[in-house]
Amino acid sequence: MTNTTYSYQLQPAKIRYEFFRLLPISLFVVAFGMAFGLAAVQKGLEPMQAVLMSTTVFAGASQFATLDMWGSQVAVLPLIAVVFAINSRHLLMGASLYPMLKDVAPAKRYAMLLLLTDANWAVSAQEYQNGRRNLEVIVGGGFVLWLAWIVGTLLGVYFGRLLQDPQSLGLDMVLGCFLLAMALGGNKSPRVLVAWLVAGLSSLAAYYWLPPHTHVVVGALAGGVVGYFWLEAKPQ
Amino acid sequence: MTIDASGAGILLIIAIMTLVTLLTRYGGVLAMSFVRISPRIESFINTMASSVLIAIIVPMAVQGDAGALAALVATAVVMLALRKPLPAIAAGLVAAAGVRYFL
Repeated sequence: MTNTTYSYQLQPAKIRYEFFRLLPISLFVVAFGMAFGLAAVQKGLEPMQAVLMSTTVFAGASQFATLDMWGSQVAVLPLIAVVFAINSRHLLMGASLYPMLKDVAPAKRYAMLLLLTDANWAVSAQEYQNGRRNLEVIVGGGFVLWLAWIVGTLLGVYFGRLLQDPQSLGLDMVLGCFLLAMALGGNKSPRVLVAWLVAGLSSLAAYYWLPPHTHVVVGALAGGVVGYFWLEAKPQ
Repeated sequence: MTIDASGAGILLIIAIMTLVTLLTRYGGVLAMSFVRISPRIESFINTMASSVLIAIIVPMAVQGDAGALAALVATAVVMLALRKPLPAIAAGLVAAAGVRYFL
């Protein structure tokens, strides 16, 4: 037994609420999943192997990138490097939730991180900027996003051809638009806007001049440095 | 070092991807548990958090097609006007589909 108490108690009703709140965006994730399922079987994966990958990896961009490296053989070190580079943004996303996560018992903390992905993190991070603590969206929102990704992959491996050209419907932009809406819904003080400018320019520079897939982490850390040196004025 | 992309080999590839991704989901939180959160560190992670979004979106806008750019501009305009995410995202998708249909 430990005498440490953890002050953040997850509320089941709020977890259910967040499940349904992210249900609409999850429908678009189903379409993404279909595109992945189709691409996976075209590369020679068995349908159930593609579904297994979506279930256990649950990180779309890295799964697509892996398919680009697929052949009769797959080189291990480049596979690890690409998956790590693309998903390294999770390191920063997890770290940014730490002020809330430290108040959750470790078993629950690490269990809920299994469901950490861009969309539910973006909601939680935006609410935290606006002074609300919401880890329920990581659990409830993450769960619906995870189900959608699995169901989408399953549909894609069997019926993917029905969704011939997801780009013509703009479906490839869903996540980008969602993340942009979350960014603009957050705090926009001069300090944050300067951080965004630095982050945007750094990520572009990294995109063009540094190894592939490093631009998100480079841009985010550069934006963070602005915050390190420019503290928010304390409200009087 | 290579793995045959067949049968058990594919399962091994999926296992490696799963472990590496899990490491990224846990690593940042684990590392933070060794850091004392001063106001300066808190300020760093807060600006870093919103910068993650910008660092994903800016290269997407710059290297994407006209449809991608239209989607992001439409989302930004509607989000700043209405402050509601769903109409903003819907406007973005309509803009992307429209631009790609006509161009």
